[in-house]
Amino acid sequence: MNYLLRGIGVLAAVGTVSLLAFSLPSGGEARGDGGADDLMPRLTHKAWQQECASCHLAYSPALLPRASWRRVMGGLDRHFGENASLDPATQADILRFLEANAADSGTSRMGNKVMQRMGANDAPLRITETRWFVRKHDEVPRATWSRKSVGSAANCAACHRQAEKGVFDEHDIRIPE
Amino acid sequence: MIKRIAWTGLLLFSASAAAADTSASLMARYAQQAGVAVSALSPARGEAMYRTAHLGRNAQNISCASCHTANPKQAGQTRVGKRIEPLAPAANPSRFTDAAKVAKWFRRNCTDVLARECSAQEKADFIAWLNQIK
Repeated sequence: MNYLLRGIGVLAAVGTVSLLAFSLPSGGEARGDGGADDLMPRLTHKAWQQECASCHLAYSPALLPRASWRRVMGGLDRHFGENASLDPATQADILRFLEANAADSGTSRMGNKVMQRMGANDAPLRITETRWFVRKHDEVPRATWSRKSVGSAANCAACHRQAEKGVFDEHDIRIPE
Repeated sequence: MIKRIAWTGLLLFSASAAAADTSASLMARYAQQAGVAVSALSPARGEAMYRTAHLGRNAQNISCASCHTANPKQAGQTRVGKRIEPLAPAANPSRFTDAAKVAKWFRRNCTDVLARECSAQEKADFIAWLNQIK
């Protein structure tokens, strides 16, 4: 009887503490960072989502440093072999957003991780060229990337089923045949 | 005074509402730019432009159909696998209803496929073909 009461007390205490823990905003969320390891910072920006995502996933600005984004946005008329040019106002608007949330802007844990493996003067054009990306995907065989169902490493959503929502958790990965 | 401002506002509002684009009005505007009558447009030339392959980057043949598929009522795919909604208004009524968007994509895709900008006549023929697809 005594043990039973004590057990109920412990359960109640644990329940209250976990309820509190889940209802309070975590520090990560307050910084616009989801907190989990493979969660991109949750960001919204109309032109970024509308324009970049008309051809590919709106890649998170946290995956490249500011210098990279300047190079990308400065060469949209020959964007990886395609003309992706924008009117100057939209282009400037998107670049401002990318710079403000870039890997080296200090605004997300994801960005910090990317920068840990980035040389001081590195400004890669491709996210897939960053050491962070290469290391994260080192177990994926080369042939898998070129499968028809995948297309290329630019197609995050081929394997990361919730990529559109910014969720890149390992549990949501399904590599297509 | 206030009444006059209100009237001006209402006029401006109705003018912008009246200026909403449709695939027919955009086709007519490109025809006008080209100096030809809408009745003189050629859907056949528009279709030929859609299907004709050109030597593009990496010495590969590309045409509009490369990404938009041979049937413009079907969804296509970008080079990195993202869905492209159908191009034909019959299958996708929101096509050719936003002049800025239409101008942007003609500019981009004509330079990619033809290695030059398209003329107003070509754009008008192109929309004329897509418009008559049932």
